[in-house]
Amino acid sequence: MPSTTLPPSPAGLRTVALGMPTADEIVSGTTRELSNRPRLPQTLGELEGAADDAAFHDAELPTEPMTINMGPSHPATHGTVRIVLTIDGETVKDADVQVGYLHRCFEKEAEYATYTQIFPYTDRLNYVSPLCNNVGYAMAVEKLLDVTSRIPERAQYIRVIVSEISRITDHLTCLGASAMEVGAFTPFLWMIKAREWLWELLEELTGARLTHSYVRIGGVAQDLTANFSERLRTTLHKAREAIEDTEKLIVKNRIFRDRMDGIAAFSAEDAIAWGWTGPCLRSTGVPYDVRKDHPYLVYDRFDFDVPVGSVGDNFDRFAVRLEEIRQSARILEQALVQIPPGPILMDDPRIAAPPKTAVYNTIEGMIGHFKLIVDGVKVPAGEVYSYIEGGNGELGFYIVSDGTGRPYKCHVRSPCFVIMQSLSKMIHGLGIADIIPTFGMINMIGGECDR
Amino acid sequence: MSKADLDKLTAQFPGAIVASHSRHGDDTAIIRTADFPAVMTWLRDAAGFDFLVDVTAVDYFGRDLRFEVVYHLRSMQTGSRLRITLQVGQIEDGPAPEVPSVVALWPSANWAEREVYDMYGIKFAGHPDLRRILMYEEFIGYPLRKDYPKEKRQPLIRRDYSIT
Repeated sequence: MPSTTLPPSPAGLRTVALGMPTADEIVSGTTRELSNRPRLPQTLGELEGAADDAAFHDAELPTEPMTINMGPSHPATHGTVRIVLTIDGETVKDADVQVGYLHRCFEKEAEYATYTQIFPYTDRLNYVSPLCNNVGYAMAVEKLLDVTSRIPERAQYIRVIVSEISRITDHLTCLGASAMEVGAFTPFLWMIKAREWLWELLEELTGARLTHSYVRIGGVAQDLTANFSERLRTTLHKAREAIEDTEKLIVKNRIFRDRMDGIAAFSAEDAIAWGWTGPCLRSTGVPYDVRKDHPYLVYDRFDFDVPVGSVGDNFDRFAVRLEEIRQSARILEQALVQIPPGPILMDDPRIAAPPKTAVYNTIEGMIGHFKLIVDGVKVPAGEVYSYIEGGNGELGFYIVSDGTGRPYKCHVRSPCFVIMQSLSKMIHGLGIADIIPTFGMINMIGGECDR
Repeated sequence: MSKADLDKLTAQFPGAIVASHSRHGDDTAIIRTADFPAVMTWLRDAAGFDFLVDVTAVDYFGRDLRFEVVYHLRSMQTGSRLRITLQVGQIEDGPAPEVPSVVALWPSANWAEREVYDMYGIKFAGHPDLRRILMYEEFIGYPLRKDYPKEKRQPLIRRDYSIT
């Protein structure tokens, strides 16, 4: 029988016996430290111990490369993206990732809208954490107006609160959907339920479930509702239970760990060279978080940790997001205690709309309202780059103003667009089935990636 | 943010800097295109700017040097940031403007430069794979140029069913 040499093998083959918790660990409930996980065999040779299993080798037939399409509309990817794969058997030899299916001309539309009219467009960037985008955009315009220090403190706290709720909903969606895609359907239901509670709360606050358009230049649109703090505390408690249940159910689950452990590991150097930010960068061990490194709003007043991973594989990305949900909940609890009373919008008729009573009852109020609606906020000429920590990483807005009420240029630095370009590098040499959790853990959001 | 990095850059390449400013706390240097590769290499290797945040462009329609290509850099060690700007022009209906690619220095520039090419028609010399990225291949024109009308529609009439 002729002996066929196997193609150089991928990190796609794993054993089921390693990396799993022992029976004692399961009983005692201890979580294994990420860095202590045993290294998984990376090649078939390692897996087999030696190339002694001749019968197994002979059973393999030679293969030839083949090109197939994954997407743009694939049932197992939550996002419209086309991946043209060159495969050899089950192994990905080459991948051409093509984005742009959700391109909505954000930048072109923004050049024709007043600064305030752009808020609804930003809702649709990362549509699972719209309030982060709202806040990021408002802060960019405020930086250009040089009014960052004049934003009322209460408005800054409200912005932190809604941003962190959004971050939790973003991570819940990412984790739930990814767990579902590798076969764990129950956590998906729990997490989406928790997300729905948070969205109900935001709906009560902002009037919309998903596209809130809640932040304004100079503050926010509405004050917190009367029983917001209690409801948020109750909701967070329930959401935390859902997360803990999920953790118990899948973090030590053999099938889940086999699909995530060691898959698509990325080194810290590579991650920096490829422009990664957010949970993906932190999974490789780089503790870069805009909230810590360049504190904005009132983030420097909170005590929270930045979780980092050790090997940068899919499981690290999962674990980092899971921990970030807890840290966001910590920030929320501190913010609810610290939040001061006071105004929620700047008192400057050139920037913020006057209260409705003034619009209806005074001539100055009505003129101010009219000028803001028709001409928009007059932003002095200049260019500015402002960035915040969005759900997926550094969300930046580069705005150029020519002194009118409409931006001359409004560019979004989308974190998942940058990370998506390394997908073909990440899945190179893996199996086709590994694409799904890898893609899921990048958390590509079509609206943000394609703009 | 301190101006230290901008001062170091000015000291290192006195002739390369067309203009610089630190408005709104964003250190900015406009670089001559001829010196651009040397400046970027120095920034990455000697000045520690190992993280390319973003590449984009602005169309200042009506100027002689019509386009500005804007690079945002960050140092992962010190956390300082820098904006590098290149000015490049195009004679009406002349060849597409071209600037050197930085993909060899920062792989993350790959898609960002493709997006600039897609939206503004600025070519990046040395880019390994300069294709349209957000628009489809058959698209004519560059949508973010100021002379591309916002209301212009281009239905995709030809479909390419081959998968490569």
